[in-house]
Amino acid sequence: MTRTSHTLPPPPALRAWALPSALPLLALAALLAAPLALTPYLSDLVQKIVIFSVFALSLGLLVGTAGLVSLGHAAFFGIGAYVTALASSDTGPGSIAVLLPLAMLGAGAYALFVGALSLRTKGVYFIMVTLAFAQMAYFIFHDTHFAGGSDGMFLAYRPALAISGVTLVDLELPLHRYYLAAGALGATYALLAALQRSRFGHALAGIRANEQRMRAAGFNTYAYKLAAFVLAAMLAGLAGFLMASKDGAVNPELLSWHESGALLMMIILGGLGSLRGAVLGTCVFILLKEALSSEAIFGALAGRWQLTLGLTMIAFVALMPKGLAGLHTQWQQRRKENQHEH
Amino acid sequence: MDFPTFLAQCLNAVQYGLLLFLVASGLTLIFGIMGVINLAHGSFYMIGAYLAWALSTLFGGHFLLQLLAGMALAALLGFVLEWVFFSYLYQRDHLQQVLMTYALILVAEEVRSIVAGNEVHGVQVPGWLSGSIELGLMSYPVYNLFACAACLLVALGLYLVVNRTRLGMMIRAGASNRDMVRSLGVNVTMLYRIVFAAGVALAALAGMIAAPMSSVYPGMGGGILIICFVVVVIGGIGSISGALLASLLVGLVDTFGKVFFSQLSGLSVYLLMALILVWRPQGLVSKGY
Repeated sequence: MTRTSHTLPPPPALRAWALPSALPLLALAALLAAPLALTPYLSDLVQKIVIFSVFALSLGLLVGTAGLVSLGHAAFFGIGAYVTALASSDTGPGSIAVLLPLAMLGAGAYALFVGALSLRTKGVYFIMVTLAFAQMAYFIFHDTHFAGGSDGMFLAYRPALAISGVTLVDLELPLHRYYLAAGALGATYALLAALQRSRFGHALAGIRANEQRMRAAGFNTYAYKLAAFVLAAMLAGLAGFLMASKDGAVNPELLSWHESGALLMMIILGGLGSLRGAVLGTCVFILLKEALSSEAIFGALAGRWQLTLGLTMIAFVALMPKGLAGLHTQWQQRRKENQHEH
Repeated sequence: MDFPTFLAQCLNAVQYGLLLFLVASGLTLIFGIMGVINLAHGSFYMIGAYLAWALSTLFGGHFLLQLLAGMALAALLGFVLEWVFFSYLYQRDHLQQVLMTYALILVAEEVRSIVAGNEVHGVQVPGWLSGSIELGLMSYPVYNLFACAACLLVALGLYLVVNRTRLGMMIRAGASNRDMVRSLGVNVTMLYRIVFAAGVALAALAGMIAAPMSSVYPGMGGGILIICFVVVVIGGIGSISGALLASLLVGLVDTFGKVFFSQLSGLSVYLLMALILVWRPQGLVSKGY
């Protein structure tokens, strides 16, 4: 071509699109092919990663995009799972077309209550308030008997989807569960990718950067944040539905704040603000936890995985403040600085 | 509910509230002065309770000595922890603090499981504090009265230190303007370390006092941590008087919630927080954070 193509760097949009944007597609292809090649154990593990990726993406919308650090996101995950279990009938499989929206609406409704109150606060207050309200939901399921108390409850039948008598999707079948989860991840990813490019996504990013300026520019920031909070909770409810269908059982630990803390770790591990980072972080965290608690790899230490996991997290916070996805840029920056010195 | 029961419940509420205050005051000081949200604070309460269990065999009947020794150990632990883990968190955002302190909880729980096992341990009430005392219309356990008195004494001591001493002046100044204090030549690093150690010692003291009443069990730190967050949110972050007011309020609501709605008693405290958030989102005693 012309001389300019040598002197000018490629346009940033093109550079950003080249390899990284192909990765999700490759990952999706691998995801779809996985159950054909994997053992049931591995297939189950991949499914867990997929479900938690949906969950992590939903929290990423809050923390990464809107800058709202919620430490109570597991409540919405657990509510989605519990709604699925409570609304399932004991006499036959419940319909996915009913249960799935119901799980998302249940989580969204609680988020409307929690969000309306907790978004009146900021920063560290917000962290504590979301944590406290999540704990309130935990106590509702843990201390009362309507949903089995601390033991949780079983689904007599996993949900299915039938149209005029023909069963299209039956979640009793492992393969159907797997592909529904993979489809949900694809849909969530696509939705959030579109959202990040939309006016709504840009407004949220603006709020993260400088809320006062956004308010001065005429944005009702409270409404935007509340909408993001409810949407994130509904996606967490979707993940909860998938979890309940996968395990065929629910228990209060799904809502526990340890779950929320682990989820925060996943999205930070991957790097905040990027969808790819959330999925990557979820993969790494779940595989790390699986490895640390595997006797084949860590022997006697496997029973002490909390210790090794905790120390790994401490080391991570100390050494990689920008997450795994940030390592690349961190490294590039260092190279650039070195070039400038010469 | 007859009148003597009502009085006994009031005493229970005050005693629980004062215990919460010991933990929450450290939490609110550490946030107010150092800007660190410390999820591991509940673990210090747990460590205190286990210290009471471990030291009770060592010190025999000398309960007060045991409390002092436990506090000294906890303060030392706090001093070292601040040095090793927290001192470089001040410049980071809350998210990283959440992660680091969350990881510390995991480590603390596992170390506890290695050292003390996973069983529930009972701690004996010291001989001279066992039994009940007749208070006019009702009898009340002596130890619970002792717990009230000890917490009140510590609260008073805290008030005097914060409001009447040079250290307290620096603490108050640090809470309202950190950079100004630093530029005036105060050794902020040491100030932070002292405040953190004091916060840990207070939480451990609460754990030691609670141990004979509640027994000692795994995961006991998580529950109190979240209630203390509620206390701090209600009271207003960084305010000690707010923490005292909110602790007593939470103690009352929780105790009478258990009396009147046994099934949903866990909810009462959170509903109180929701109401306060509607009314005064910045907390009862706000310092304008």
